[in-house]
Amino acid sequence: MIKKKKKQDSIIDSSLKRKYKLQAKNVKVWYGDFLAIKGVSMDIKPNKITAFIGPSGCGKSTFLRLFNRMNDYVDSFRMEGEINIDGDNIYDKDINVELLRKQVGMVFQKPNPFPKSIYENVAYGLKIQGIKDKKFLQERVEESLKQVGLWNEVEDDLNKSALALSGGQQQRLCIARTLAVEPSIILMDEPTSALDPISTAKIEDLIYQLKEKYTIVIVTHNMQQASRISDSTAFFYMGDLIEYDKTNKLFTNPEKEQTENYITGRFG
Amino acid sequence: MNNIRKNRIKDQAFKYWGIACTLLGLVLLAIFIGNILIDGIMRIDWDFIVNLPSRKAERSGIYTALMGSIWVLLLTTLIALPVGIAAAIYLEEYNKKNKLSTILEVNISNLAGVPSVIYGLLGLEVFVRIMEMGSSVLAGSFTLALLILPIVIVSTREALKAVPKSVRDASFAMGASKWQTVYHQLLPASFGGILTGVILALSRAVGETAPLIVIGALAYVPFAPSSAMDEFSVLPIQIFNWITRPQHGFVENAAAAIIILLLITFVMNGIAVYFRNKWQKKFK
Ligand SMILES: Nc1ncnc2c1ncn2[C@@H]1O[C@H](COP(=O)(O)OP(=O)(O)OP(=O)(O)O)[C@@H](O)[C@H]1O
Ligand SMILES: [Mg+2]
Repeated sequence: MIKKKKKQDSIIDSSLKRKYKLQAKNVKVWYGDFLAIKGVSMDIKPNKITAFIGPSGCGKSTFLRLFNRMNDYVDSFRMEGEINIDGDNIYDKDINVELLRKQVGMVFQKPNPFPKSIYENVAYGLKIQGIKDKKFLQERVEESLKQVGLWNEVEDDLNKSALALSGGQQQRLCIARTLAVEPSIILMDEPTSALDPISTAKIEDLIYQLKEKYTIVIVTHNMQQASRISDSTAFFYMGDLIEYDKTNKLFTNPEKEQTENYITGRFG
Repeated sequence: MNNIRKNRIKDQAFKYWGIACTLLGLVLLAIFIGNILIDGIMRIDWDFIVNLPSRKAERSGIYTALMGSIWVLLLTTLIALPVGIAAAIYLEEYNKKNKLSTILEVNISNLAGVPSVIYGLLGLEVFVRIMEMGSSVLAGSFTLALLILPIVIVSTREALKAVPKSVRDASFAMGASKWQTVYHQLLPASFGGILTGVILALSRAVGETAPLIVIGALAYVPFAPSSAMDEFSVLPIQIFNWITRPQHGFVENAAAAIIILLLITFVMNGIAVYFRNKWQKKFK
């Protein structure tokens, strides 16, 4: 899908590689001289929710942003190892980063709608792909807003500025914007940490529903959130992946003492 | 006397000193404007605007100089705007930070401080002589465009910088290319700021005299320019010319022309302030 060449046959061989949606193979990341990810390998299955937890600065965001190559914009960023999506190494030379990002959506910590109308926000991803068909755009906008449960709230205000929405609405709009381009993977970096409890609950419900169609990776500082919604959880500490297991197992019966200390709040 | 009180007295003292300084500037400006108004306001009428220059003060008008200024302003905008904005986009969004780029940036800031006469000399050599434009509106506009280019670049970069990083992140994460991000997100979001900078730069250009005198703009032109290759005068040169005349009538003319020039710059600055305020609200 994301390779410039061989568009056709990637559909064929992808079915063979379907077991893992995302794979990290011995990944190391540096910012300048600082080793931020110290050799992490991880396999993520499709249509699952995977949570990344760990203390601040342990490299969760850095690791997450590897999957849509958002670290590329950091001048001092350097990496080693492989990140595979459907079996393709996305750091290969012939990867088209723009196509990659259409397949791998991202939701940020702070809701960041564009300073444009609600409609323009959701239609943006399609428009930059060159889609001009008004009817199609309108349908996709409506569908996406319905998916995040925002349609009823904004139906009559599609041309109003997205910045006028509440924080929770903005975040759901950002998710809708991502869904509009029909990615297969959604990365979320603390998507509810800037929101009130009610908005948080709404978004958690939404994420839970989305896993039917999408593979979701979510960074969170909220242990309850991780245990409520995720299938697997990865615990990071100082650039290392300490433990990665079924969420249930990791929270009730962790293998490592560090994990136990962290999830019980006896850290440091 | 304890420290808190000392600090409060200092604080108060500084406040009044600040007020005094601000007032000094304002009072001087008010005296200047008042003087000019007394000298010139009675002289302004429609004839003064549409009359050609003449040897007789009371029959002279600013038509040719005003048209010259408008021509120069438009052409300068056409030249400086695309070049300046493109350069700013390159420096701000595309250029990787390294030694070369730092040197480039420092020098652009330095260029903003070069005396305008120097730009005149550059214009005279490059545009008037080497490129054989003569002392035309075009040569003048290129010269002024060079003069304001650093201001346009610096202020456009400031406006781009003011667009939150989260907007870039969001756009890139949606699969937008760099150019799409610039075109669809950054330029619209920074439009007000860019416009403010451009207008302020142009209002400086409209008051420039020295570089245009150097490239050979005339103090007396019988006709308004009808093409970019025509000779021309501009308001500040006309004013300068009138002020140096001994007859009282011309001094009155100069004052009247100054009022018109001030009006133009005030209006331009007003527009700039309007856009700045409108634009500042955008991200709040
Ligand atoms: N752009 C950057 N330049 C240099 N160092 C960075 C950069 N981004 C992150 N780092 C460093 O890399 C390490 C990991 O950062 P990262 O943001 O991935 O942590 P995190 O686990 O997401 O933390 P948080 O929970 O606070 O979001 C930190 O030590 C951080 O200081
Ligand atoms: Mg983080």
